[in-house]
Amino acid sequence: MCLAIPGQIVELFPDQPTAAMIDVVGVRRKVDLGLLQDNLPVKGDWVLIHVGFAMSKISEEDAIDQMRMLRMLGEAEFAKEEVEGYGLEDS
Amino acid sequence: MKFVDEFREPEVITRTAEEIRRLADPGRHYRIMEVCGGHTHAIYRFGLKDLLPTNIELIHGPGCPVCVLPMGRIDDGLSIAQDPNVIFAAFGDMMRVPGTTGSPLEHKARGMDVRIVYSPSDALKLAKNNPDRHVMFFAIGFETTAPSTALTLVRAKEWGLHNFSVFCNHVTIIPAIRAILDSPDMRIDAFIGPGHVSTVIGCRPYEWIAKNEHKPVAVSGFEPLDILQSIVMVLRQLKAEEAEIENQYKRVVPWEGNRAALGAMAEVFELRPYFEWRGLGFISQSALRIKDSYAEWDAEKRFVVPGVRVTDPKAAQCGEVLKGVLKPNQCKLFARECTPEHPIGALMVSSEGSCAAYFNYEHRKTEMVISISSVA
Amino acid sequence: MAHGAGGKASRRLVEGLFAPLLFGSASGPLGDAAHLDFDGTKIAITTDSFVVKPLTFPGGSIGELAVNGTVNDLAVSGARAEAMVVTYVLEAGLPTSVLEAEVRAMGNAARKTGVIISGGDTKVVEHGKADSMYITTTGIGRPIPGISIDPKSVRRGDKIILSGPIGDHGITILLARGELDLEADLRSDTRSVLPLVEVLAKAAGPGIRWMRDPTRGGVATSLNELARDCRLGIVLSEEQLPVHDAVRGACELLGLDPLHIANEGQFLTVVGPEYADTALNALNLAVGGEEAKIIGEVREQPAGAVLVKTLYGGSRIVDMLVGDPLPRIC
Repeated sequence: MCLAIPGQIVELFPDQPTAAMIDVVGVRRKVDLGLLQDNLPVKGDWVLIHVGFAMSKISEEDAIDQMRMLRMLGEAEFAKEEVEGYGLEDS
Repeated sequence: MKFVDEFREPEVITRTAEEIRRLADPGRHYRIMEVCGGHTHAIYRFGLKDLLPTNIELIHGPGCPVCVLPMGRIDDGLSIAQDPNVIFAAFGDMMRVPGTTGSPLEHKARGMDVRIVYSPSDALKLAKNNPDRHVMFFAIGFETTAPSTALTLVRAKEWGLHNFSVFCNHVTIIPAIRAILDSPDMRIDAFIGPGHVSTVIGCRPYEWIAKNEHKPVAVSGFEPLDILQSIVMVLRQLKAEEAEIENQYKRVVPWEGNRAALGAMAEVFELRPYFEWRGLGFISQSALRIKDSYAEWDAEKRFVVPGVRVTDPKAAQCGEVLKGVLKPNQCKLFARECTPEHPIGALMVSSEGSCAAYFNYEHRKTEMVISISSVA
Repeated sequence: MAHGAGGKASRRLVEGLFAPLLFGSASGPLGDAAHLDFDGTKIAITTDSFVVKPLTFPGGSIGELAVNGTVNDLAVSGARAEAMVVTYVLEAGLPTSVLEAEVRAMGNAARKTGVIISGGDTKVVEHGKADSMYITTTGIGRPIPGISIDPKSVRRGDKIILSGPIGDHGITILLARGELDLEADLRSDTRSVLPLVEVLAKAAGPGIRWMRDPTRGGVATSLNELARDCRLGIVLSEEQLPVHDAVRGACELLGLDPLHIANEGQFLTVVGPEYADTALNALNLAVGGEEAKIIGEVREQPAGAVLVKTLYGGSRIVDMLVGDPLPRIC
């Protein structure tokens, strides 16, 4: 139930408002935007595609946020270890 | 690939795995269930188990819509397609699943017109392009896929395309999770929630798991970093003795779900009073059927369907593996009578079935020690 | 019949049915071609059938596949193709123009590779049989000096080299069938690998243990066959596998693994570790070998199986295909 891939909208069809051409590293397919009709994506937007339908818009901001959080993992630990290494508490 | 490669960055994966090791209490054994078959597949494909400490056990849940489909339903679908005028259209996932008289691919070899489609809209297009044939789309999937089937039926009605019908086997995820939690032989500490189902239903439907069952849930994406971050999230909650629903897959999952998708489902589908789940038995209000307003496109109403219940061979332990009570290699038939080439149960045929995943990606690994140095 | 896709089922058909009944005492690891010795005159011979739908596709057609496929089978057995004979099984009603186009394609491919087509046969079958056209070939050639292929000579520590990006042919065909409504700028990689094999032989002849062209069933199937034949383990590095972006995109969209997808212009080779760098450099400098890579090595474990490792320490077993690779949505 779960194979869904991010794709970028590269073409819209003026006579078919609920269709769009998406691109996934050079592979293209027409997808149905009907499930996003309350908030239709525009050219350049990234959407999650499942069985030929766009399921959701992808938020670049949230993606960046997530990576930032993950990259910081362990940094607090490293900082703590470094401070402990100075032996400040022993003095 | 954007929004994919970032979440496969090796250095960050290593860091996140270290955080998991830091968080896991060595005196405790954690049982975390990933509900969705897509997560099972991702865990094996990316070798994520190799990164976890041994006291974290990942239990595979029942979120594999092919695995839980009783054989009788496959027989029903195939019987409709015995009519040479009918084209049997289905996703690739269904093609090797055996009914009592063979799988769709085997029927194809015997002359049935069987076509693989990537989208229900492709099945509708097939109907449009073949006005003198009838196209029957064998629909499977949880709430991720149901809205697409629903919208396709809406379009079929709009266009007045009458040579098209859907044999609907869509099921819903919450009753399956309830069945797991109600099962007496189950002990799960936390859940990795189905990220793509949640793009449709949102995160609210899981709130009872936290409130009533006191188990943390992290609604997760499918890349390695998503799954690992979800494990970090539930471990943190377990450590703090909290139980909340967290949305790990924020970049894609809206907390309130997708209203248009839910609307399409409500327009076309209603809940069946009960439905049989292979391995789990009859569960009430757990599956969808097509409403009367779309009766003309409902294969079960347009065609006569045998509706025979087919029980699995007694020796097959599909139910216990589905519920996570047994590991695939603990089933007596695993790798013996039941292999991907001769599957007894759908768990061995579906690419996200835990038995197939275990067989294809894992079981010859268990006897040996692998060093973590790079190869070339 | 799942037997045509080149994986487990094919192998069992050949081993279980054909070998005991037909091959007699010449049983042993199955190669792409047979090397025979007639009182000192050494000849290599191979046979193959070509069935493809659609007949033409970006990058080639069945005629070219037939020539290149035959030449490649001989090449990876360590032989230079000299001549071939062909049989066409034609479906009644096939337009002459289509037949002519394929015959021309075959002639061109033969001229390009330096192979003489010395004879052939045709048969016409009822409309509805033969999917327009089936082609069968038999190719003969001479052993390339300095190569001696034997899976039993494969040792722990040997390196595995892949000549170039995988998956182009299979994905091109899948897309060309039109059922999935996907478009991509992809072409079949069909070509003769003989020039590259000859470059390899010159640079590292004594170090070559084994070669195979990963056609139906992909790299995974060829390497699984090797692992079983030599009873050792093959460990691949995922990061080193060359895959074109569009192939990757299509595989991600459809839930396929590039390691299972057919190739028609690539080959795999196992070389002794002391020869690996020389072999790779020679290939990279040759025309058409620029993207060759060392993708893995032979180890004790997992014996009889193929393991793929990720950069971050995860791993998965990659098995042979059962039947065709099928798109999935779950």
